[in-house]
Amino acid sequence: MAIAGFSASPSKGGSKRNSKGASKSALKGDRKGAWVAGILLAPGLIYLSLFFLTPLVQLVVTALESPDPSYAIGAYVYDLNFQNFADVAVKYSLQIFRSFGYALLATIFALLISYPLAYFVGVKVRRWPLLQRMTLILVIAPFFISFLLRTVAWKQLLAQGSPLLDVLQNLGLVAHGGYFIGTPAAVVFGLTYNFIPFMTLPIYTTLERLDGRLLEAGSDLYASPFKVFTKITLPLSMPGVVSGTLLTFIPIAGDYVNASKEFLGAPDTSMIGNMVDQDFLANQNYPYASALSVLLMATILILVSLYVRRAGTEELL
Amino acid sequence: MTSITAKPAARNARKIRISDSLLWVYTAVALVFLLTPIVYTIVFSFNDSVRSNTVWEGFTLHHWTNLCDQPGICASVGNSFFIGGVSTLASTIIGTMMAIALVRYRFRARSLVSLLLFLPMATPEIVMGAGLAALFFNSGTEFGMTTIIIAHIMFCISFVVVTVKARVQTLDPVLEEAARDLYANPFKVFMKVTLPLLLPGIISAALLSFALSFDDFIITYFNNGSTKTFPLFVYVSAARGVPAEANVVSSAVFLIAITVVIGMQVVSAARRKKYSA
Repeated sequence: MAIAGFSASPSKGGSKRNSKGASKSALKGDRKGAWVAGILLAPGLIYLSLFFLTPLVQLVVTALESPDPSYAIGAYVYDLNFQNFADVAVKYSLQIFRSFGYALLATIFALLISYPLAYFVGVKVRRWPLLQRMTLILVIAPFFISFLLRTVAWKQLLAQGSPLLDVLQNLGLVAHGGYFIGTPAAVVFGLTYNFIPFMTLPIYTTLERLDGRLLEAGSDLYASPFKVFTKITLPLSMPGVVSGTLLTFIPIAGDYVNASKEFLGAPDTSMIGNMVDQDFLANQNYPYASALSVLLMATILILVSLYVRRAGTEELL
Repeated sequence: MTSITAKPAARNARKIRISDSLLWVYTAVALVFLLTPIVYTIVFSFNDSVRSNTVWEGFTLHHWTNLCDQPGICASVGNSFFIGGVSTLASTIIGTMMAIALVRYRFRARSLVSLLLFLPMATPEIVMGAGLAALFFNSGTEFGMTTIIIAHIMFCISFVVVTVKARVQTLDPVLEEAARDLYANPFKVFMKVTLPLLLPGIISAALLSFALSFDDFIITYFNNGSTKTFPLFVYVSAARGVPAEANVVSSAVFLIAITVVIGMQVVSAARRKKYSA
């Protein structure tokens, strides 16, 4: 279906950013080219329609279902029960608030940690390619170890009686005799830690492309290092900051591993994901779980569309 | 005092030197923070613990040499490798085709395709997991290995496209034109010119897919039926205390992955040196 939409339009189809690549392409603009593109894209488009878009539609359908008249557990009938959305919004208002609150805090912390790190790797050490590559590998190293296990590691590193907790208590960050695991602070801490590379990588990518001559020009014109940073470096790295923020905020808002009581949280730190998990898998309340997922997805879509309006779809990938 | 009379350039130089050393310290602290749980996980794979692996009780290689003594772990790791392998193969082929189409061809639905590829990366895993579970549940599909693989291929495709696309963009179409001018048919052009040039990008994409699949917990948790993967093993055991054998698996995967990544860097650095010489 979507394939029918492809047609050769080399002059207006390409955005400015890609016109260079387009003019180079030998196959651009002829009918055969569009046909080949269709064949190359078809498997992926069909796959994503079946197993990405259809599930989203299924969620919306399920979110509108009503309990079966027999009131058997887990039995629901097709309906247009919009009340489900109002119900979950009220019932889970605390979890919704927590999810976005924790996500906001963790995203800010991740940005504060990531930006200098990305600047160091992308600008400061670019004269030494080997050092640059090695620090970049260290930044992405957490990706190579199990997400669950590195969260367990923090749980044990900060458990009651651990040397690290003593340090935090002596610094006054945690009350003496108090515990850290199971508090909102621990959840935000874990979320920040786990998603730092998602923030660092996009910022690094934009900073790495930054033309060093622009920075030299700035200081040649007597701009202070601070001014060079705020007037040149920061504005030019904004695309990376924006996409890093999205790539961090979204998975954090939907995460439920860090907040669950088996890991860094407690029952009173539960987030949207914990409720979806509970309603879907334990309570078999599929409509509520789906309605909550749809609410989360709708919020994310609003954020993404704001981003698309700002950056354009070409910057997405 | 001297700072007032100093030339702006000199003053800036001093400021830069201070902020420079601050940046080095900051980076070092951040990297220590990032690496702490990794070191902890590896160290505790050698912990002489019997059940719960929380307190250091001495060094042992026992968990490394008798990995499968821990019930369920080897089966779950086997499942994860199988699922990762199949998902990687499928998503790398599908994603590479899409990446080539996106860079090389102009078509009207281009931004729509980009959006469809971006959305899976921007959708919380819990939404995709619950959505797929709703789809499989409503269509009466049996949950198990197949549903997990279907899910993993889905979320890997976009990451493959992003990774391979970057490589296609650096590819000079002139090379393929030259091959065509020398009467190579399109298939031959692809096999002898395009594919070898894209290979580094395709390999990175495949490694990324495998890593994503191997480490996925949330989506798998909603669609696994009775099939256990390694992350599910860790999750289930987390309530009672994760056994050291889980640290062994994760440490081994980490050490292999880091060796491959560093190896690839060394090879590409050596190649660059050869070309510039």
